[in-house]
Amino acid sequence: MGQDVELLDVSMRFGEFYAARDINVHIQAGEFFSFLGPSGCGKTTLLRLVSGFMDPSEGKIKIGGKDMRGIGSNIRPTAMIFQNLALFPLMTVENNIGFGLEVRGMPKAKQKKKVEELIELVDLHGTGDRMVSELSGGQMQRVAIARALAVNPAVLLLDEPLSALDLRLRSHMRAELRNIQRRTGVTFIYITHDQTEALTMSDRVGVMSIGKLEQVATPEVIYNNPETIFVASFVGESNIIQGDIISIDGDYALLKTTSGSFFCKNPQHMSPGETATIFIRPETVFLAKEPNADNVLTCSTKNLSFEGSYAVVTLTTEQGQLLTMRLNNDGTVPRIEEGENIKVRFSRENAFLLKNGDSSIA
Amino acid sequence: MRDFWNTALRDLGKIGVAYILITVGAWLVFMILIPQLIMFDYSLRPMLPLREIGGPKDVWTLKNYLVFFSNRLHMAIFFKTIWSSLIVTLTALAICYPIAFYLAKVARGTKVGLLMLGLIIPYWINELLRLFAWQIILADMGILNQLLIFLGIIADPINFRMGNGAVILGMTYAYILFMVFPIYNVMESLDRNQLDAARDLGSSWLRIHYKIVAPHAKPGIAVGCTMTFMLAAGTVAAPQLLGSPSSFWFTQVINTNFECANWNLGAAYATVLMLLCVIFMFIMLKLFKVGLKELTQ
Repeated sequence: MGQDVELLDVSMRFGEFYAARDINVHIQAGEFFSFLGPSGCGKTTLLRLVSGFMDPSEGKIKIGGKDMRGIGSNIRPTAMIFQNLALFPLMTVENNIGFGLEVRGMPKAKQKKKVEELIELVDLHGTGDRMVSELSGGQMQRVAIARALAVNPAVLLLDEPLSALDLRLRSHMRAELRNIQRRTGVTFIYITHDQTEALTMSDRVGVMSIGKLEQVATPEVIYNNPETIFVASFVGESNIIQGDIISIDGDYALLKTTSGSFFCKNPQHMSPGETATIFIRPETVFLAKEPNADNVLTCSTKNLSFEGSYAVVTLTTEQGQLLTMRLNNDGTVPRIEEGENIKVRFSRENAFLLKNGDSSIA
Repeated sequence: MRDFWNTALRDLGKIGVAYILITVGAWLVFMILIPQLIMFDYSLRPMLPLREIGGPKDVWTLKNYLVFFSNRLHMAIFFKTIWSSLIVTLTALAICYPIAFYLAKVARGTKVGLLMLGLIIPYWINELLRLFAWQIILADMGILNQLLIFLGIIADPINFRMGNGAVILGMTYAYILFMVFPIYNVMESLDRNQLDAARDLGSSWLRIHYKIVAPHAKPGIAVGCTMTFMLAAGTVAAPQLLGSPSSFWFTQVINTNFECANWNLGAAYATVLMLLCVIFMFIMLKLFKVGLKELTQ
């Protein structure tokens, strides 16, 4: 069964450089947790800290409530799946999977039974006596998962293990990983720079910018209610409009921009006079049926690309503000010609205002 | 084979291919094949006075080889050479494996460069000079004895150069690089993540070496052992300079034969030594389950 993992004020310094700074997060037992961030943001460092390849410069890491400082990776109740898998190329599939069992001195007969169970679990029948180099990418992936699960870890650490696979296999393995996690109840900590991966698989996602944990929340909240400008711009696509706050109305604010004034959510409770940025997802921009309602923009169509189930329309206002609209194809979408002038709107519920410049934009 | 020629022709052009064929061919034929064949021919002929060479008595015979196999002293020296060369090889392996691992997987940045330099610098000095240095260190009133006497560990100087100890020591020192570099080269290509993965799965360092590092380094170990063994079995300088006068090395026996103008017997002995080295190489290949192709990598 899984155990919980706590990172308390964890910082990791290499010389002058902080690879991670003041990280605080409590990952629940049996949770599928992802760290999502651009490459070089320090997420692999976090994983290596949890696995015990190094100890943090400052702060504490607790697994199952126990402080892990000074406890080596060979003793911690964790197992890691490496980005390049790090399978043992001179061993057969069975020997790879059984390595951790052999290390623990499990009797041969018991080892064999356990390895067979794992081969079953990851759907690798009939490959036991093959060398790992003879396997396909997806099969190698499964061997790596089985090898890590063999030692009954409480926490499984996955360092972008799907990045080398082709698209189809990747989405298949995503579902597979999620399944295995549910069946085993092991805590999964997953590292990725691929937002689809993080959003589809995880119970919760921690979004990281350089060395910093920006927001920890469920995928829905991360996508719909990003708390910082970094999260809003890193996860999903957004239309970005800059302006000044004129007035506040409860949870909403009125922002004056060069293309007009707009109402939007004000989650950071900013005050009038502050400069801020509105984020609007392309799929929440619609054609305006009532031209005099709030949050309407008059635009000319610059480009239209039809993708089948939806169409992406690139628009620009008279003032040069770019806007992207994603129209779902429900069969009734009116045909829009390039160069045509149209009116679009967005709901104040779907537009959120965030402070400028509190972190770098990806 | 056809593909091979086509690729070679495409990549190097006709002149390039011809150049390589001629130079390598000439080197093989004139520097290796012909001298070896001449020596082999010598070994099969009796020693004759100059005017009888080419005469009726100058026929092929196994007499020289029979001399070797019936000379118990020479046989004993031959086996001692094998035995001592094996000790040199194993000692060098025991010293070089950790050095190579440290260089390839533990040390980082400038440390690697400095260590490499430290390993290579002694080789800027001629092998004979290095052996003389050992002679000075190991002499009866040499540095080592003086140090031990000064420290009060011994009262009278030890004769280090009795027996084969000094020769084995000198050779191990002389051939360390030939062991370090092949092992270092293969270890370098070992993915660090494999070590981390094994560690993560709970393995001790000893098991990691036994199960992951050593199997990966096998071709390098095989090459290192083969080279060190051949060099140790084939050198004449080290036993000459460091060995005691009473303890002969097989290469010295060969040398004496040539010096005494019995080239034919010397050639036969040299052929026996060469056969030994070839056999040793194949044993190493078999032992480490390494193919000839891997050995050359």
